Formats: sequence, structure tokens, C-alpha cells
Amino acid sequence: MKKNHYILSNVQLSNGTSVDIEVKDGLIKTVAKDLSGADVIDCSGLIALQGFVDLHTHLREPGFEQSETILTGSKAAAKGGFTAVHAMANTMPVADNAAVVEQVYALGKSAGYVQVQPIGAVTLGLSGTQLADLGKMNASQAKVTVFSDDGKCVSDSLVMRRALEYVKAFGGVIAQHAQDPALTVGAQMNESELSLKLGLTGWPGVAETAIIARDVLLAEQVQSRLHVCHVSTRGSVDVIRWAKARGIAVTAEVTPHHLLLTEELASEYNPLFKVNPPLRTQDDVLALREAVADGTIDIVATDHAPHPADSKDCEWGEAAFGMVGLETAASIVKTTLVDTGLIDWVRFEEVLSTNPAKISGLTDQGQGIQVGSFANIALIDPATKFKVDAVSQSKSSNNPYLGMDLSGEIMHTIYRGTFTVKNSEIQNLGAN
Amino acid sequence: MKHLLSISDLHRDSAISLLNLAVEMQQVNSRDVKKLPALNGRTVANLFFEDSTRTRFSFELAAKRLSADVVNFTAKGSSVSKGESLKDTVQTIEAMGVEALIVRHHHSGAANTIANSAWSKSAVINAGDGTHEHPTQGLLDALTIRQRLKGTSDKGDLSGLRVLIAGDILHSRVARSNLLLLRLLGAKVGIVGPATLVPDDARILADFVYFNFDEALSDNFDVVMMLRMQRERMNSAFIPNETEYSTLWGLSESRFNLLSTDTLIMHPGPMNRGLEISSAAADSPQSAILDQVANGVAVRMAVLYKLLAQETSLK
Repeated sequence: MKKNHYILSNVQLSNGTSVDIEVKDGLIKTVAKDLSGADVIDCSGLIALQGFVDLHTHLREPGFEQSETILTGSKAAAKGGFTAVHAMANTMPVADNAAVVEQVYALGKSAGYVQVQPIGAVTLGLSGTQLADLGKMNASQAKVTVFSDDGKCVSDSLVMRRALEYVKAFGGVIAQHAQDPALTVGAQMNESELSLKLGLTGWPGVAETAIIARDVLLAEQVQSRLHVCHVSTRGSVDVIRWAKARGIAVTAEVTPHHLLLTEELASEYNPLFKVNPPLRTQDDVLALREAVADGTIDIVATDHAPHPADSKDCEWGEAAFGMVGLETAASIVKTTLVDTGLIDWVRFEEVLSTNPAKISGLTDQGQGIQVGSFANIALIDPATKFKVDAVSQSKSSNNPYLGMDLSGEIMHTIYRGTFTVKNSEIQNLGAN
Repeated sequence: MKHLLSISDLHRDSAISLLNLAVEMQQVNSRDVKKLPALNGRTVANLFFEDSTRTRFSFELAAKRLSADVVNFTAKGSSVSKGESLKDTVQTIEAMGVEALIVRHHHSGAANTIANSAWSKSAVINAGDGTHEHPTQGLLDALTIRQRLKGTSDKGDLSGLRVLIAGDILHSRVARSNLLLLRLLGAKVGIVGPATLVPDDARILADFVYFNFDEALSDNFDVVMMLRMQRERMNSAFIPNETEYSTLWGLSESRFNLLSTDTLIMHPGPMNRGLEISSAAADSPQSAILDQVANGVAVRMAVLYKLLAQETSLK
């Protein structure tokens, strides 16, 4: 059997048309009806979308391999329909120089399940004070264009301004973790009536919104490009909407968990629901969903944050922030946005593939299911409804969705023509 | 297993029956031989991850007067200071045959975590968790109010009474447990303090909110409960300084003198005399502060008896 030449028959594209897709040597060769001349894989009932691109993934390697490795994170990504992930810089050592980003890039390549595109730190050691080797990381083999101190906010206004200015030289973008550190000392959950009742230190929405407001004005001042990570409040959405109307070059992301989960889940002090920024209110959730639909928020990014079991099997105040999310992301977007009628599959494909690829400048991803493009394809069965179980490709099990009902299952994932997931099963690439 | 983690574990009738049981326990405490055999052969551990000599003594006496064996664990100088996790500490102590854990912890929800975990089978009593709750303090305060204002033989609730809680509501587990319990028992409860320490979100917990102490005090409350002011709050800009706090928010002698002679004065202790409360108020005949301490032992006996001897759910 020729594995590098096959036909996906009877797929539905995001625009609703039904076609066959011929894949040969990693590329899309033909998109037309009733193709033949190669192995035919019946995809009736499945929707074929550009492979998903995650702009916000914690792969934890190097340094925290007990939580995740580039290989296990890549497999989890493939399982979720992703063909590219952006590896956040808060590793040990920090990805603040060319050597680390090239190592991450190379490990991603050898894993082979997805394109692993490193994100570089904005500041040296995430210190927030001195710029990292931004230009060298861009000039490295990893060709870093997205820079972020994620996990920490670039809170110093001058450092943020300089970073925004500096990356203009090579078309880079600063992805900000918007959190005023002074307003969030010891913060544990959304500041609200519930946090007061539970006696958990509040993380007020203004700590996010105020930083976003400052940053969009800085981006306007120096005419540079800002990306806002994990937007979590209605107020932040309003500021971004204002900035876009003003013509400021800002893009924004929302996580699957902020589209689905609310602060009430903290009521029993179960650390699986401890995340940063915290789960907010239903009103915020609705505002975020609407913002994806109306274009204020450009992308959904997972903020996949694996942690070892011990760091969640403890008191809330000691527990780590973060939750895994690669394998459930697409199903959550379908459940919260498609099934509710807020977006169609065209918008789905934009927010999970086209737009994140564009923000990062990836030329091999999110380029449309069209002749000549790399065959990076996610095939989703929209009819499947399922209960989330504990089976996972990730090394970590800090999954807040266990037992929840979602719809839309990834049936196949194809990365550069190779099936990384087939019939919902992760494929062993070594055997190919 | 049966636990007492929060006042929300109680409903009105179970709270009243705990108070009534505590009254019976008070009679034991007034005997020459202050002991009941109820928990003979049972073992209770005080797990104190945060210092509190008076609460630990109170629980220890309560358990001993029910004839339980008591072991004490304090975080200082223990395995915790060497980095042991809550899970390992609890599992280790339970492996020695302990049946009930009395937990004081600096993290809100720590008692809930133990009670809900797969790694503990004990009855868990929350003896104060972070800035969340201190349910036995709420119970002993309710008992003190009932006995002082409704009579020692009263077996009912607190309806018709008005209670003012003054000070740092935001950080006070005593305030949270009292607000829940006193209102559950039919009292009307007001809160007062600087807006930094009485945030808007606190409105859901109280019947009345004031930002002026004198205005609140002129509203004819039957009870004025002062909260301890943590001196380190100044460092996070909650209050300007101690002098301003005591001037605006302290129960000074002159404020105390304006109150009716029937107004009950309470404080959970330890007091900062001269900061949130004057000696004139604390040492007056209207003060119930030592009653609160005495009732603490009786209330904790009642809780231990219910959970361990009767093995009944509190709800």
C-alpha cells in the first residue's frame, strides 16, 4: 500500500461543499468530486478542516519532563486535530536564547507528530527587566516570531514598549500574559462574591483589563503588533474591541476552558479548576463566546498546561495553576460555539487554524485545503457525542473536563500527508 | 464520614441541637470531675498547620473531657517544615489509628481538601482554614449570645436579635462563620469597617453594611463583635496606619460609653487592646469575652460527641 498517496472521499469542507481530496507526497494534489486512482478512505459524514494551530502550548521540555515532553505533548496535540503547536518559553532553562529554541524545534521535528514552533521569552529568564536575545532567536533555525513571558506579565511599561518596538525589525509579535502583578499578589481565583465566601484571595478582572488597555496604547504609540493571551473577562473584550475599531494592530485569544467553565467550579476547592487567569463568571463566558463570533477575539488557543498529579492532589493554595486542553479543544469549541449557533465551520477553521498561523507567520499551516498546500488536515465527526474520559496522550492528568459531555470527535489527523491519528487512534509513526 | 467544615454543613435545627448539647456539656464542665466516658478508647488528632495555642487547648480539653486520647501535631519543627505534603502528613497520622482530625490551616479549604480526598477516612473538624471559616467559633459565639441575651435555659434560636460585626471582614474566618450561623438562627447581622476590608462582594453575607462605625453603633445593636486587626494589613494598603484605624474603627472608651448598658461586647481573641478594642469595653460587665472562651470547650465537646459518639451527620 502506498502510504504517501491516497484519497479522502466524500468529505465536507468548512464551506459545506462535498468533495474528495487526493493527497500525494505530503501535498494536496487534487480537490474534486469522484476521484480515483489511489487508496480510497471513506470519510462520509466527516468535516475536513485545515489542521489546527495552537498558539499557546506548554510542552514543558526542557526542564519539566515529569509533566510533559515534546513527544507526549505532540501526540496529545495530534489527538486533538492539531498539526502545529507553539511551545511556550517558560521551560527550564527558559527559551530566551537561540540554543534553547533550536533544541525545542529539533525535538519537535524528530517527534514528527506536529510542527513544533518555539515561542521565545521576551525578557531574560522571564525576569521582566532585560530583553532576551530576540533577534538571535528570530535568526535561528527556529525562526521565532512570537515572543512571550507567559506565566508572567511583562509588567514594566518601558520594557513592554521596547519589546514591541524591537520586534518590528523582523515582523515579530509580543504575546502578553496580561496580569498586573501588584493587583494579584497571592491571587487564587476570580475576585467575586464567591471568592469572598470561600476566603480565597481574589484575582480582579481589572488586573487583566488594565494591562491590555496599557498595551494596546503602547502598540499604537510605537506602531507595533500585540497579541493578548487568554482573555478572560467582558471588560477585556470591550477594550480590545475599542482598540481594533481604532485601528491598533492587536489580536486576541481565548482558551477553551474560559469558553466553557465558570468560577463556581472552585466551590469545593478542587484544584483541577485552579487556572491562571482564573475561571470567571457566566457573564464573562458569554461575552467571550460573542467576541469569537464577532471577530473581536481572533483565535482559540489551549494554554495546555500539564502538571504532575501531586501538584493537584493537595490544598488549593498549594496547587499549581493550569489544566490540560489539547485533546478536548476542538470539541469544546464545537460544543460552545458551533452547537449554540454562534459560529459556522468557516469561522471555526479561522479561529483554530487560519488566524493563529497568520499571527505567527507560519507559511506551511492554515493555508486552506487547496491544491499545492501541505496536507495538514483534521477530520472531525460532528455527530459524535461523548463523555470525556481519562484516556490521554498527555503525560499529565490535570483534566478538568472528566465526565463532561462534549460533541464532535477528531477521527483523523493528517500532518504533511501522514496520518498521525486514524479512526481516533494515535498512530505509531516509528512503524510507518 | 461526618465532618464539620463550614457552617453551611448545618441547618437551623441541627445548629440548635448542637447548642443545646453544648449546654449539657457545660454542666460537665462545672462538675468537680469534668469527664464523660463517651469517647473512651477513641483517638483524636489536633493537626495545627498554623499556630493557635488557645484553639488547640480548647479542642484538646474538649476531647479529653470526653475521655478521648489526643495527640497534637504542630507544623513548626515537624515534617511539614521539611517540605512534607498535606497528603503525606495526613496519611502518616491516620496510619497510627487516628479517627478524627481537627485541622487548623493557613490555606482556605484545607479541611475540605482532606475531607473530600481519597487519602483520608477520618472525621474532619475545621478549626480555622485561612480566611474561610471557623465553624466552632461561630457556634460558641451563638451559644454565648443566646445565654447572655435570652437566658441560660433558652433552647431556641436568635430571632429578634441584632448583631454588629466590626473590622476586617475580608480576612476574617470568624466573621464568615458568624454571619452564616447567626443569620441561620434568625438574627439580623450588620458589618462595618473600612471599604478595603468590607468589600462590595461582602454585601451578600450581611443584612446591613456600614462604612461609618459611629453610625453603625447608633443603630441599636444588641451585640457588638469586634474582630482582631492584623497589624500587617497596613503593608498591603488596606489601612493607612494603626492610629487612624483605632480612631475610626476602634471600640474606644468614649464609643463604648455611648452604648446601652445592655449591649453585649464580644471579641474572638486574641485582642489588640488599644487598637480595635479599649480595656474599658473589654473588661466591662457587658463583655462576654471570657464566656466565649469557656463556651468554646463545651461547643467543641458537643461537636466531637455528635460526630464520633453518635456518628451522626450534622445535617
